[in-house]
Amino acid sequence: MTDCDKIWVRVEHATKKFSTRKGEIVALEDVNLEIHEGQFVCLLGPSGCGKTTLHRMIGGLDIPTSGTIMIDGKVVDGPSPKMTMVFQEYSLYPWRTVAENVGLGLEMNDIPAKERLTEVMRELKLVGLDNFADSYPYELSGGMRQRAAVARALVTDPAIMLMDEPFGALDAQTRNKMQRELLSIWQETMKTILFVTHSVDEAVYLADKIVILTPRPGTVHEIYEIDLPRPRDRTSVEFAHIRKSLLHTIEELEAGNENI
Amino acid sequence: MKWYSKLVLPVLFIVAWDIAATLINNAFVLPRVVSVLAIFTTPFEDMFSFGSLAENSIISIYRVSLGFIIACVIAVPLGILLGRYQIFEDFSDGLIQILRPIPPIAWVPLSLAWFGIGFAAIEFIIVIGCTFPILVNTIDGVKRVKKSWIETAMIYRANEWQVMNKVIVPAAGPAIWSGLRVGFGIAWMSVVAAEMLPGTTQGLGYLIMQTYGWGQIQVVIAGMVAIGIIGVLMDLFFQFVQKHKFRWESLDK
Repeated sequence: MTDCDKIWVRVEHATKKFSTRKGEIVALEDVNLEIHEGQFVCLLGPSGCGKTTLHRMIGGLDIPTSGTIMIDGKVVDGPSPKMTMVFQEYSLYPWRTVAENVGLGLEMNDIPAKERLTEVMRELKLVGLDNFADSYPYELSGGMRQRAAVARALVTDPAIMLMDEPFGALDAQTRNKMQRELLSIWQETMKTILFVTHSVDEAVYLADKIVILTPRPGTVHEIYEIDLPRPRDRTSVEFAHIRKSLLHTIEELEAGNENI
Repeated sequence: MKWYSKLVLPVLFIVAWDIAATLINNAFVLPRVVSVLAIFTTPFEDMFSFGSLAENSIISIYRVSLGFIIACVIAVPLGILLGRYQIFEDFSDGLIQILRPIPPIAWVPLSLAWFGIGFAAIEFIIVIGCTFPILVNTIDGVKRVKKSWIETAMIYRANEWQVMNKVIVPAAGPAIWSGLRVGFGIAWMSVVAAEMLPGTTQGLGYLIMQTYGWGQIQVVIAGMVAIGIIGVLMDLFFQFVQKHKFRWESLDK
């Protein structure tokens, strides 16, 4: 939908090899990818296809063996200030309250406590957790914890949000609700989002653009643009049609690779 | 389990002791319960010129606290360093593993040779005794800090000091604290043992050894009971802090 000219993320010929006891494993091979401003891109693929590895490299937590990854035109050599990440789970600090967790990014940048609180409360309001500022993560449900993680990601006002199966551990109902909320936050804040998932349904519901990766060695198999209007109806014929065709593609990829 | 069910066995034990003491009828082997209790009713009374129970307890507590604090100052920062940087640990692990199983008492001759009879030798034994549990627990706690917690800090471009200060230390806090708890227990045992050495002039261990020489077994037992009570109180303090300050550890799933 919002397809401006600015390219926030550019992956060029990225290859990642790991050496293990059984020898060298090529996790990703010659991956090329562009993410434009304001896009919601899903990385989709069977397990073991290197989605998370690609995601971590864009996040600056891993470096490619060869090729380059750029954020905002600069080669990534560590976590970029333009970017933030939301992990699947267990990333909130259990010894901190929700507000202290959300303020983490500001604290690391030495923003004074008073300013921090204003920002934190604004983000907590956005994700509907303003009444839980003083709660601890273990006092929250799984869905609320991930909302707090999203608030923490938003607080430093990054241009790009990288999300690695953030709703993977949630039950189906909570998951659908979180997807709706994420879309409305995305539309409100105009972030560029790269979202890793293994759920076709989730990808079709969320994404402007779905990047399908092949099993090991992972490489871009197909880039699928979705221009269904939002909010998308999971029960509609068009939705079912896209989902069916993507499922078919994924199954074929998995069938071609028996050692998963 | 109700709190009072914990009292059943101690009460039975005391009853059995008193019955046995009555049957044996020899205060040099096993005194009656009352004669031991009597000492606790007059804790400030001088015991055969070896000082009072309270006075000697305070001396022991002071010694153990000082040694324990010295050990903490050494072992906690060192443990954080060794746990965080694998290269330091690889380097020092062999030495730690060899020194660790040596009981504090085995250091007595060397500590006497190095520091002579007296305060410094006692402190040395305490420090040696409780450094290793604190060190090993700290290393282990730091190594077990979840990778995703550290990476979260890295995403916000935390510097190494911030990672230490805001992630590693609080995350390893419960493990470090339980190391301190174990360490204090060992320190307390070490001080009493060290005070039994010839040449000491104060402390619970001293009181026990000296009054034993005079055949005052009720004072020996009173000293042992005091050691037990002080140990339990100290441990309750460590547990209390663990429950309140590190509540998140047991609740975080």
